Amino acid sequence: MKLTLAEVEHIAQLARLELTTAEKELYRQQLSAILDYAARLQALDTSGIQPTASVLPPRSVLREDEPRPGLPIEDVLRNAAQTDDRQFRVPPVLE
Amino acid sequence: MTALSQLTAREALEELALGRISSMELTRACIQQIDRLEPGVHAFITRTSEQALSQALAADTLRAAARQSGQPVPPLLGLPLVVKDILALSGVRCTCGSRILEHFVPPYTATSVQRLLDAGVVVLGKTNTDEYAMGSSTENSAYGRSFNPWDMSRVPGGSSGGSAAAVAARMAPVALGTDTGGSVRQPAAYCGVTGIKPTYGRVSRYGLVAYGSSLDSVGAFGRTAEDTALLFSVMAGHDPLDATSMDVPVPAIQLNGDASLKGLRVGVPREYFIPGMQPEVENGVKQAVKQLAALGASVREVHLPHTEYALPVYYLIAPAEASANLARYDGIRFGERKDAEVMWDVFYRTRGAGFGPEVKRRIMLGTYALSAGYYDAYYGQAQKVRTLIKRDFETAFQSVDVIATPVAPTTAFRAGEHSNDPLAMYLEDVFTLPTNLAGVPGLAFPVGFDKAGLPIGMQLMGPHFREDVLFRTAHAYQQVTDWHKRVPALAQ
Repeated sequence: MKLTLAEVEHIAQLARLELTTAEKELYRQQLSAILDYAARLQALDTSGIQPTASVLPPRSVLREDEPRPGLPIEDVLRNAAQTDDRQFRVPPVLE
Repeated sequence: MTALSQLTAREALEELALGRISSMELTRACIQQIDRLEPGVHAFITRTSEQALSQALAADTLRAAARQSGQPVPPLLGLPLVVKDILALSGVRCTCGSRILEHFVPPYTATSVQRLLDAGVVVLGKTNTDEYAMGSSTENSAYGRSFNPWDMSRVPGGSSGGSAAAVAARMAPVALGTDTGGSVRQPAAYCGVTGIKPTYGRVSRYGLVAYGSSLDSVGAFGRTAEDTALLFSVMAGHDPLDATSMDVPVPAIQLNGDASLKGLRVGVPREYFIPGMQPEVENGVKQAVKQLAALGASVREVHLPHTEYALPVYYLIAPAEASANLARYDGIRFGERKDAEVMWDVFYRTRGAGFGPEVKRRIMLGTYALSAGYYDAYYGQAQKVRTLIKRDFETAFQSVDVIATPVAPTTAFRAGEHSNDPLAMYLEDVFTLPTNLAGVPGLAFPVGFDKAGLPIGMQLMGPHFREDVLFRTAHAYQQVTDWHKRVPALAQ
């Protein structure tokens, strides 16, 4: 499994990660090696085996839909890079 | 006064109850030990000494008042604790070992931490961790690596390496860690302390910053099985704030001086003794199994045939979950932001600058495993093999009560040894990953030392929700051995 630079760039784009040229080449090599190692899973016959997403028994967890106090807005906004009038401030979404 | 920092949690609580020591004295002794050793060990990211002293004072005041009125006191009143810096403690910054959260101050407290606070603990600080708990050596922390108190050229293990090193160095009697693929058990083994990874769903994950949500567990360290059980008993139990927290009764864990293991069935899986492992680790664990037999346990071979697939399964599933969980770090609501003209570029630049190399590697790997065209071959197949690994344990636990194995193939490795080879680093977790995939509990504790004087750890695994059997077995072993009582030279 040899990843190409274009594939690495595609994955980085999906993950919204800015990578340097050196990082792209490093991850190209390292991810290729890890995926080679993971390829041994393909040899196992898993026909008829259900996937496990969680070890817990499947169940719905519900609670009463009652209003209750949330966290204080000032405490939550304190961690944001930019705020404006009790709101998060972001750069333009559309150019 | 420093001698107080050598007390186990149970000893300290007894002395506190008898009025022979105060929490202030005990807390000061721990702070002195940290002052003395922290420049070398680097177990902490953030210390909270002043807060700890006011908690200790409040604990002493409450105990004095209760003595007057005859009221009972909370079970851990005045006991010092350190907390891995990936669990939220309201008002204290929580970095997760990452630059991106360097100034993040959570406005709420993790349920596990809150239950311990309600039980009376004193928090000495937040301990070092591999960034977002991704690592096996605590070298991946953006705040510098931690050192193994037994040999400063070695790693303490990871990712909860700061907590394990702190307990080994007698900076605190007990500590909180988290375990997604071995991050409590492997550092416990490398540092010669006892560590529990509970059953998945046993301890609330509310306030634990998510890495691999189907695998993450909050666990505990102590120098004895008994101390570790004390923390576990307080933290365990249903929490409505975590939908994966299970409403299963938590049995009272009765540990007395009785070291008999009569009737206990111990399984030893051949698959956990592999070519290339350190012979002293193999011998140490086999000797310890003989000791369990000498205490009355019956020992038999069991098979966990899909063990060799646990590593590739884990390193597809955990990064896949991580890539989804870490999508929230966009620089908008919390975390360091790198500004740009348009929002999309804020995301790219913030994440590129804020995450370290291992986190980026796992986000990339997970994104790939989940991407269109590769999902079935990688993530889907890994989830099916996870089912086979889980079934291995279900089958094994039909004939035994507990499974005994090494924690890791070697004792603590040298810092920098695996820095350029992520796959070699991942192999350190080969014996601890299967329990997280199956959701069963695991306990690590010291069973000897190698020629270099480094601790050897044994792992006990049990059926879902049977942590009590693991504690009872390790406690019996610790009644007749003294490996767990050895102190690193620097901490004496």
